[in-house]
Formats: sequence, C-alpha cells, structure tokens
Amino acid sequence: MEHLLSLFVRAVFIENMALAFFLGMCSFIAISKKVETAIGLGIAVIVVQTITLPVNNLVYTYLLKDGALAWAGHPELDLSYIGFLTYIGVIAAIVQILEMTLDKYLPALYNALGIFLPLITVNCVIMAGSLFMVERDYNFSESVVYGVGSGFSWALAIALLAGIREKLKYSDVPAGLQGLGITFIIIGLMSLGFMSFSGVKI
Amino acid sequence: MSKQASAKEILFDPVFNNNPIALQILGICSALAVTSNLKTALVMSIALTAVTAFSNLFIAMIRKQIPSSIRMIVQMVIIASLVILVDQILRAYVFTLAKQLSVFVGLIITNCIVMGRAEAFAMQNPPGASFLDGIGNGLGYSVLLLLLGVVRELFGAGKLFGQEILPLVNDGGWYVPNGLLLLPPSAFFLIGLFIWALRMWKKDQQEQPAFRLAPQVKEGE
Repeated sequence: MEHLLSLFVRAVFIENMALAFFLGMCSFIAISKKVETAIGLGIAVIVVQTITLPVNNLVYTYLLKDGALAWAGHPELDLSYIGFLTYIGVIAAIVQILEMTLDKYLPALYNALGIFLPLITVNCVIMAGSLFMVERDYNFSESVVYGVGSGFSWALAIALLAGIREKLKYSDVPAGLQGLGITFIIIGLMSLGFMSFSGVKI
Repeated sequence: MSKQASAKEILFDPVFNNNPIALQILGICSALAVTSNLKTALVMSIALTAVTAFSNLFIAMIRKQIPSSIRMIVQMVIIASLVILVDQILRAYVFTLAKQLSVFVGLIITNCIVMGRAEAFAMQNPPGASFLDGIGNGLGYSVLLLLLGVVRELFGAGKLFGQEILPLVNDGGWYVPNGLLLLPPSAFFLIGLFIWALRMWKKDQQEQPAFRLAPQVKEGE
C-alpha cells in the first residue's frame, strides 16, 4: 500500500505530466482559457487515463511482451515492436466506446465532457502514460494507481493554469508577448514551483 | 489551399511565417523534454521531419481511395507504422541514444503536427507538394528544437554535441554553468522568449489583448 501511495504522490507532484515532461501541451494551452472548461477536460483525461492504462497493461502483459503468448502455444513470439500501433488503437477504441456509453446512459455527463473526448485520442498524456507504464514495467495495480495519478497531475496543472490565465486577461502585457508568449512564461514559473516538490517522498 | 503555391513557398512558409510551434502551438508535446542536449534534439528533429514528410506522401498518394468516414484511422495507422519503423531503426543503430529518447519517439504518433498536416494538407494536395509541406513543417519544428538544444546545452553545460566549448570552472576554466537551463522550466521560458522575438519581427503575428486598459483618469476631474 505504502509503495502505491508513494507512486501516486510521485506521479502527481514530482513527475507532473504537463510541467515536468511537457506532455499534452497542445490542449494544455488551447483549452486553458476558462476554468470550467479546463476542469472538464481535466476530468475527462483522468477518466480516460484510468481506464486505458490498466487495459494497455493487460494487453502488454498477455499479448505483446516477450514470451507473453505462451498461453496460446507461441512462447517464442515477441510482439513488443507493434506496441505503438496497439496502444493508440486501444486508446482510440476506448475513447469511442466511452463516448457512446456516456451518450446512452449518462447524457448529462456526456453533454459536459462530450466535446473533449475526441480531443483526448490525440492527447499525448494518454499515450505517454501507456508508454511510461511499459518502459517502467509496472504491474497491474501499479498501472491503475499510475493512471489515476498521472491523469490527476495533468488535470491539476491545467486547472491551475486556467485560473492564472483568467486573471491575466486584465494585465498589461507587452505586445509581442501577448497571448502565447506570456502563457509559456507562466507555465515556466509554474513548472519552477513544482520543481520544489522534487525532494518529497512518502 | 485553393491556389497553387510554389514549391519554395510550401517548403519555407512553415519555418518563419507559419511556424507550427510558435504560431499554431502544435506539436510541442513530445519535443521539449529532449532539448536539454543538442544530440537528442537533432535526432528527434530528423525523426519527426522524416515521419511528417513520409506520412504526408503516403496519405496524399491514397487520398482519393480513403473513405472520409474512416480517414482518421487510416492516417493513424500510416503514422504509427512509420513511427515504429523509425523507432526500430534507432534501436538498431544508435541504441544508447534511443534509450535517452525513451518514450518520446513513440509520442511522435500523437504529435499534432503530423496528424494536422495529414488532415489539413495531404488530404487535398498531390504527393509531391505534400512531401515538401511535410519537410517544411518538420523544418519549422526542427529550427525551434535545435535552437533550444543549442542554448540549453551551451549555457547549461558548456558543451555542444558533448564537446566542450566553454571551459567550466570545475575543470579550471572560467564558465559557471547555469544549471536551471538543464531543468524543465527553462524550456518554457526560452520558448516564450523565442515567440516574443519572432513576434517583434513579424508584427502581424501578434495577438490582440482581451481587454484594453482604460486611459488613466485623475480623481475629481
């Protein structure tokens, strides 16, 4: 348990997806103009990340890993090279299924999150989560925790950034820095702030 | 794009006038983490340029056969296959470098530049022009990446491509390295400053502020 908790804290604060690894920048900047939409997208990322990571973990362990197909009588196969294609396929499929399920059974939630879901397929955070999971050899329970943690880290970062940008609209920024430029510098400062967590250990 | 642009325009327009990173905020995701030294930045630029160019080429070749309802999947499969190819080549010939790049080669798949160009340009244009467009956008991305790589490695570690340029104080030289440049925040600052510089030069790229400050009025007047 302690090990999982420490993994969670590390994923959220120390290895923050947006601020330490620069992942999901496209939507991080494009969707962070308003706090409500930012939180909506953040929640969608947490949900998708929490589902796709464990699924990709199972796919990797039982289908792709070196010798993983032993149960099907092919212990000599190593399919890890088609990993990229498989993970992106799994992610796209899950997002699609999630969209249809929400539409059918939870229309209120669908209306809130629906517009963000298609964006998420090409969000680097989701793909990166799966790739990090494979690279670091997480087992199933670790992948669940890492999924929640990394999704939450990104949601936290985008909500914070949106809060700052809402206030920033009223400040007098030099012409060339207006918009994108100042946003990058703000993200830099936030990233600097998150660096101070780097010694934290539970 | 309705009018036929010349090859030179297609190639160089994305580098300065329509830089995918500075203007369209595309494709920064998978990139910045590899800019702390020049070697990884260079390999990453080459990989991305190659993937963008070839995915554009192949998608443009079969653009008339792709049914529009499943075009995303088709594009994704082509891009993912190319990225797998690049990854395998890197692993085969420069294994240590491939390890340093870790997951970021795989993330080229979700890089918005590749997908964006496939969707916006290759679906409507012939293969030759699409190939050039891919290279142009790849270059636009590479310019920024290499610039960051040079600044971060030169001033952060006093080296370029691992060769000592500025002799460090620790080794009896005169240069005190700026450790911040090797940490993630510096990449954000540098991009911010780069965009500032670019927009001071090309004024038409500046964004309008959401609110204008009212002129100051003295109380009691």
